[in-house]
Amino acid sequence: MSLRSFIDKIKPNFEKGGKYAKLQSTFDAFESFLYVPKKVTTHGSQIRDAVDLKRIMSVVIIALVPALLFGMWNVGFQHARSLGQVDTWTFWQMFGFGALKVMPIVVVSYVVGLGIEFIAAQMRGHEVNEGFLVSGMLIPLIMPVDAPLWMVAVSTAFAVIFGKEVFGGTGMNIFNPALLARAFMFFAYPSKISGDFVWIAGLTGGDGVVDGFSGATPLAIAKSNLVDKLPSAYDMFMGYIPGSIGETSTLAILIGAAILIFTGIGNWKIMLSVFAGGAVMGLIFNVIGINPYMELPFYYHFIMGGFAFGAVFMATDPVTAAQTERGKWIYGFLVGLMAVLIRVFNPAYPEGMMLSILLLNTFAPLIDHFVVESNIKRRLKRAKVKA
Amino acid sequence: MSNVYKITKGLDIRMVGKAETVVTKAPLAVAYAIKPADFQGLVPKLLVKVGDKVKAGTAVMFDKYNHNIVFASPVSGEVTAINRGERRLLLEVVITPDAEQQYESFEVGDLLSITREQVVEKLLVSGCWPFIKQRPYGIIANPNTTPKGIFISCFDSSPLAPDYDILLRGEEEHFYKGIEVLKKLTDGKVHLGVNAKYSSPVFEKCTGVEINKFQGAHPAGNVGTQISRISPINKGEIVWTIDPQHVAAIGRLAATGRYDVQKTVAAVGSEVKKPRYYKVIQGASIKNLLEGGVSSDKSVRFVSGSVLSGTKISSEGFIGFYDNMLAVIPEGDQYEFFGWALPGLDKFSFSKSFLSWLTPSKEYVLNTNYHGGERAFVMSDVYGKVFPFDIYPVYLLKAILAEDIDAMEKLGIYEVVEEDFALCEFVDPSKIEIQAIVRKGLNLMIKEMN
Repeated sequence: MSLRSFIDKIKPNFEKGGKYAKLQSTFDAFESFLYVPKKVTTHGSQIRDAVDLKRIMSVVIIALVPALLFGMWNVGFQHARSLGQVDTWTFWQMFGFGALKVMPIVVVSYVVGLGIEFIAAQMRGHEVNEGFLVSGMLIPLIMPVDAPLWMVAVSTAFAVIFGKEVFGGTGMNIFNPALLARAFMFFAYPSKISGDFVWIAGLTGGDGVVDGFSGATPLAIAKSNLVDKLPSAYDMFMGYIPGSIGETSTLAILIGAAILIFTGIGNWKIMLSVFAGGAVMGLIFNVIGINPYMELPFYYHFIMGGFAFGAVFMATDPVTAAQTERGKWIYGFLVGLMAVLIRVFNPAYPEGMMLSILLLNTFAPLIDHFVVESNIKRRLKRAKVKA
Repeated sequence: MSNVYKITKGLDIRMVGKAETVVTKAPLAVAYAIKPADFQGLVPKLLVKVGDKVKAGTAVMFDKYNHNIVFASPVSGEVTAINRGERRLLLEVVITPDAEQQYESFEVGDLLSITREQVVEKLLVSGCWPFIKQRPYGIIANPNTTPKGIFISCFDSSPLAPDYDILLRGEEEHFYKGIEVLKKLTDGKVHLGVNAKYSSPVFEKCTGVEINKFQGAHPAGNVGTQISRISPINKGEIVWTIDPQHVAAIGRLAATGRYDVQKTVAAVGSEVKKPRYYKVIQGASIKNLLEGGVSSDKSVRFVSGSVLSGTKISSEGFIGFYDNMLAVIPEGDQYEFFGWALPGLDKFSFSKSFLSWLTPSKEYVLNTNYHGGERAFVMSDVYGKVFPFDIYPVYLLKAILAEDIDAMEKLGIYEVVEEDFALCEFVDPSKIEIQAIVRKGLNLMIKEMN
């Protein structure tokens, strides 16, 4: 029996009145995953673009793959570094070690998030939305590698339930769910999830770590105004530094950005304006220059921490970003500006990108409101001029 | 000198099955129909019953809310069926034609030397009035109003669209005469929109009108796009629009006193064996038009009008009142295994997420499948890329869904009709019925304003 006829055979069980009607959304999600539905148009546009949200989300995931693979290797590399064994570990040893560390986080994120999505869809009687396919990949990439799995699970659950489902699901949310998961973890477990130990696998335990080895991220180093101890710009650009799993390699992120921009799925205006905002704030600090952190060349901000990752994958979320074209420029610019501002001024938390994007998520509707208002005013003015 | 307007937002959908430049005179169709659904918001009242004899130009129904607007039979013959749908909704008045056509004769006199009121009166009586549509709302023009301008798009940029120079071939004089009549109806100008890419001698030779050239992808040929560039509609303003073939029909009325609605339509699409032009009479059944000319090995969709905003009809259905093309495309009623994950060399998409971007000039066979399930608005910036209006489409759509009349008005509902949103609907990865939403909004506005 072919797969299709098997599905057709069991389908009635999941439809209204069937034995497993409670699992209709779940069934539908799996069916439409395997087969694009045969539903045809009846009115309006008789033809439809081949693209759907599944396709779009898959492209974003493909764009995340370079960062993910690099992140896996870097987890192994940083671990070897902490043991003082960089020269003896092979490439595959590092990658394999990292993969074993990262995969459980990915699995936990997807299982928890998708589980909640399926339940929420069933409760509403909707089809399961594909939005979490991307969030579920973003969450592991912005986690410190030593984050306990239960924390990942709790954070993900919080983000999906309170960040998304209570607002009505994908498309209705105000905050970027992945960032919300990260913010929840940061604020709920501050003692366990910050400091210099969580960024490198095994450092918390401390077994076999080289004496005096510091797992501090470049951001933490800069924060302490020890800028001469920063890794080279080349190392930071390539990503040979401690940090959240997917955020370290600016190069891998730029490959993802290229994919998103080329396919027309990621918004280049937001990406560009985030970098512009960061550069402007960096240059302003250069002028003020009252401490070594302020004197850092502006582009250091792009290659340290999660700035690039946030600019490419987080700020561009089409749901939580500004939705008007002019609004996107303003929104992106402010995201970059605030990120650098928070980094340099906020003593409690070195990474400003997460807070900056969440803050601007809040303001995006306001920015849009003003842009739309100006459109309305233009229309009214046009009417008066004519009369 | 004419103005050139560049339309930078839009999309040309490359489909297989454009019409060859061959014009065939179609035989008399087995039947002709007048379909109230072709006229938005119309509540029709019948004037005929089954068995009545009619001539070309005999009124068969009128508008319940404006008795002067009558709808005429396109041919002479016998009313053979009055088809109704749910709740006795009038669907079709079907007329079986006589072999020898007879025409009502209207004493139009010299349309150019009488007053505006008299011209309106003649157009109403002869059944020509429904040719003229108005914006806002995209409904039949209200004869008691005077528009600030009349806009005629002289090319169609939608996929598989016919070439209007071919549609009007041999009808040039009637077209010019029709334009002269229309000039009497407005205090403003009559605007012709032509394609900047090639010259259209028929239209460019027209005198006493403003000719504007439009350059760019679809919807550059939509009259709504052209209005928005030349003279966007403000609250309280009215513009009229009319199709060039209907202008020629008005010209024929002026010349002969007959309601003569012959037109040329293009039969197009991947499932038409020999896509070409046919000379038909408005409202013709397609039953014997394409006999044997359609691929028969799979199920197909017949669309009267463009594939982006036309109407689904049956294989024995009738060509719509305002339509200049008949498209036949495959139905998409099959499951596709991992369709969303395939490389997609053969899939047309506005996004470059399928490998079809490797072949930028290839023509595609598009079917009627949704290619995905309906979702909430997610990709908020895709719509604006194919929507060349100074309007925020998602905001307007959300205002309509919220039935917020005030917001709809502020956000520009007067400037648009559903076809302006057709491309938004096409590219929408969330598969939302955008044109239906826009029509709902327009109907709400009509109700609110009256």
